[in-house]
Amino acid sequence: MVAQGEPMVWLTGGSLVLGLVMIVGLLGLIFWQGGRTFWPKPITQLELATGDTVFGQVTQTDTYRPSAETMAAWPQDVRDRLASTADDRPVEIGRRLLRTGNFEESGTNFDWVDTTLVTNESQPAWAVVVERQSTGRLYGVPVHYTVDGVVLESEPARIWERFSKVHADVRARFHTARSIEKEDLGRINRMQESARLDLRWIEGRDSADPAAVAKAREDYARVVAEAKAEYDPLAARIDELRRVNSRYTMGFRLSDGSVVDLPIDDIVRAVQPNQLSFGEKLGVYASRWSEFLFDEPRKANSQGGVWPALFGTVVMTLIMTLLVVPFGVLAALYLHEYAKQGPLTSLVRIAVNNLAGVPSIVFGVFGLGFFCYIVGAGVDDLLFSKSLPQPTYGKGGILWASLTLALLTLPVVIVATEEALSAVPNSMREGSYACGATKWQTIWRIVLPRAQPGIMTGTILAIARGAGEVAPLMLVGAVKVAPDLPVDLGTFPYVFPDRSFMHLGFHIYDVGFQSQDSEAAKPMVYTTTLLLIGIVVSLNLMAIWIRARLRRRFRAAH
Amino acid sequence: MNLQDTQEPTPPFSAADSQEPGASPSRGVTGDDRYSAPKIGGLFESISRGEPFPTVTHSEVERDLSVLDVKKFNLWYGDSQALHDVSLTVPRGKVTALIGPSGCGKSTLLRSVNRMNDLIDSVRIQGEMQLNGDPIYGPTVDVIELRKRIGMVFQKPNPFPMSIFENVIYSLRIDGVRDKHELAAVCEKSLRGAGLWDEVKDRLKDSALRLSGGQQQRLCIARAIAAEPEVLLLDEPCSALDPIATGKIEDLIDELRGHYSILIVTHNMQQASRVSDNTALMYLGRLVEYGTTQKIFMAPRLKETEDYVTGRFG
Repeated sequence: MVAQGEPMVWLTGGSLVLGLVMIVGLLGLIFWQGGRTFWPKPITQLELATGDTVFGQVTQTDTYRPSAETMAAWPQDVRDRLASTADDRPVEIGRRLLRTGNFEESGTNFDWVDTTLVTNESQPAWAVVVERQSTGRLYGVPVHYTVDGVVLESEPARIWERFSKVHADVRARFHTARSIEKEDLGRINRMQESARLDLRWIEGRDSADPAAVAKAREDYARVVAEAKAEYDPLAARIDELRRVNSRYTMGFRLSDGSVVDLPIDDIVRAVQPNQLSFGEKLGVYASRWSEFLFDEPRKANSQGGVWPALFGTVVMTLIMTLLVVPFGVLAALYLHEYAKQGPLTSLVRIAVNNLAGVPSIVFGVFGLGFFCYIVGAGVDDLLFSKSLPQPTYGKGGILWASLTLALLTLPVVIVATEEALSAVPNSMREGSYACGATKWQTIWRIVLPRAQPGIMTGTILAIARGAGEVAPLMLVGAVKVAPDLPVDLGTFPYVFPDRSFMHLGFHIYDVGFQSQDSEAAKPMVYTTTLLLIGIVVSLNLMAIWIRARLRRRFRAAH
Repeated sequence: MNLQDTQEPTPPFSAADSQEPGASPSRGVTGDDRYSAPKIGGLFESISRGEPFPTVTHSEVERDLSVLDVKKFNLWYGDSQALHDVSLTVPRGKVTALIGPSGCGKSTLLRSVNRMNDLIDSVRIQGEMQLNGDPIYGPTVDVIELRKRIGMVFQKPNPFPMSIFENVIYSLRIDGVRDKHELAAVCEKSLRGAGLWDEVKDRLKDSALRLSGGQQQRLCIARAIAAEPEVLLLDEPCSALDPIATGKIEDLIDELRGHYSILIVTHNMQQASRVSDNTALMYLGRLVEYGTTQKIFMAPRLKETEDYVTGRFG
């Protein structure tokens, strides 16, 4: 084998296989964990020898060696049983991790249960998991349904029937109230705020001219009156919607026997997984995915959807691409087509290549210091001085984040474009010059079209790099919760490049490591990761598809 | 115009005559082993030593009306001189062939005509060239306008990555011609002129890169004649083609004779004898002998020319 050079085949092939195994393993883990997060798992009820009852979804099973103190708390018969099967060493026993929810009621989301303590295991038909608007999940059994404080039903099947009937209407009222609050009241507030800033501006500027100030005060008072006139009926409407909703409540018995009354208003989704058929489970699964993709986050990002983060990621990446590609291509054109080749151009090339190796956080610091605090502050001074000291552009925002990432990915585009330009045969340039074309005509009509696929490759690499970048974004505009999207078709001027935004990468970091209960958020981390990978892959696929189309144009017959 | 009758009659020339004692041996490509001539003919030897010598120009070729005049043209790539005092007149409406061994400066001379050598930073020139009386080199010359008056076809077919139609009308496009009827007319006329019309008329929108090598080269000729050039430069147009495609190009050159003034560089002596009216032999950057093709091949004045065209040298 050595004589035939086989060992190198094994070494090289082995390295490739190892790399592939790691990549496939990573993707497999993310797909499996991320894909099953929303599947409705059955709810198990475990009765323990200690007299407790635990109620929840099994998320993990393993074995451990309990300490003497742990075992001391167990009933005598369990200890005796263990002692008869083992010597004096701590014996390895099984345990299960149950997601029990009810964080607000019990102070914990998860519970480890020792298998030896379980005396009875069942899957109660009417066990329900409730996803709540304001807080975490609740696991319980419905015990009553009340309207205006009067118990109408106390039998689970009937309660469920009633609940299913009113739930959609209640939620519709809830959403109406929300949207009035957000859109209409928001608009009124903005109007009033802008009038206030106008007044402050005039007061600050024309203090010498009392007539103008008086007029401005009058205008402001008028706007405030108008705003109030508009505000009051809307507020009354919201109160009315909330009052109607507050009539409906539903009571649940928790695993510790206590009963909790939930306003139906607060219930986003209630599922009784132990009774669902496969098709119904699929329905729940799809509805949870659609909520995840298209709704806003709830409960400090650990529940609900990621729509703002999804939107922010895509918009930020697209703006970055629009900025970096023309800029990088122009720079590469100068470097390759116009500049006289020599030590200086080599130096520039080395510098550009090194720029690609600079840690991304450095770009973040630069973006914050330059774009936000210098350029942004300058823009504020020029155009938004009315609202100072409140910064408009002089803080992190989606435009500055895109610019920072454009800077970060610029070397990738320049290097790829230069390579593509070198690959254009010189005979084509000469042919064009011989026809009497100018340098720019040659570049525009011959060189650039021919280099397009290579430029697209650079674009793909830039997108792949930019879409997954998180560290610099934390400094220049990505936030935990952004109240408004950077594009709002309902409010003039529709696009707000100054707004801070949410980003999937940052969202993963925030949910996974900054939330109060990271264990409960873990499934969301996997799912969000899956989504981020999906987005990067789709953006890449889009660019690859465009490149393939371009290549087809230049394919020769032979 | 520019009949150089003053030089007539050219005296019979021998190697011994060219060795002037005052000639500086350090000038030119002396001592370059690659191009050192074999011991046949003392003239080639003396040229390889860098000694100056006057071109033998037959009187017949200077009687025609000239389209291109080259006078005492010198060219350097950095420090090495590639053309030495080349003087040549290209007659209107005829085919003039440049022959000579590799590295003799044929292509360099050709590329000097439409100033393609400008693209190389290290090139320096001295001397004069005129296209129909207008200077080609000079501070006031607009290179772009000049190149529009000259068509060029390269060694390797170089169609642009666009449709056949767009390739042919490229020079009109860059001039900003937008009239569709005019473009279509020019396209058809040029493709007919290049003998390609019947083969591609149904697929003008197809990519030019899908054509075969010979078709691509004829397309390049169509592109070159679309702008009605005053002179057409062909730089070894058949060297990348198979014999059949070569035959078609040669037939085409024959058809273009009379309509266009053609200057063709070729390695292939048979091709030169078949297609050209006049032939110029170059050696190591110098024009050795220039006359009608018939004379150069049948009755050259220099023994060295005879050696070269009969294949005993080069």
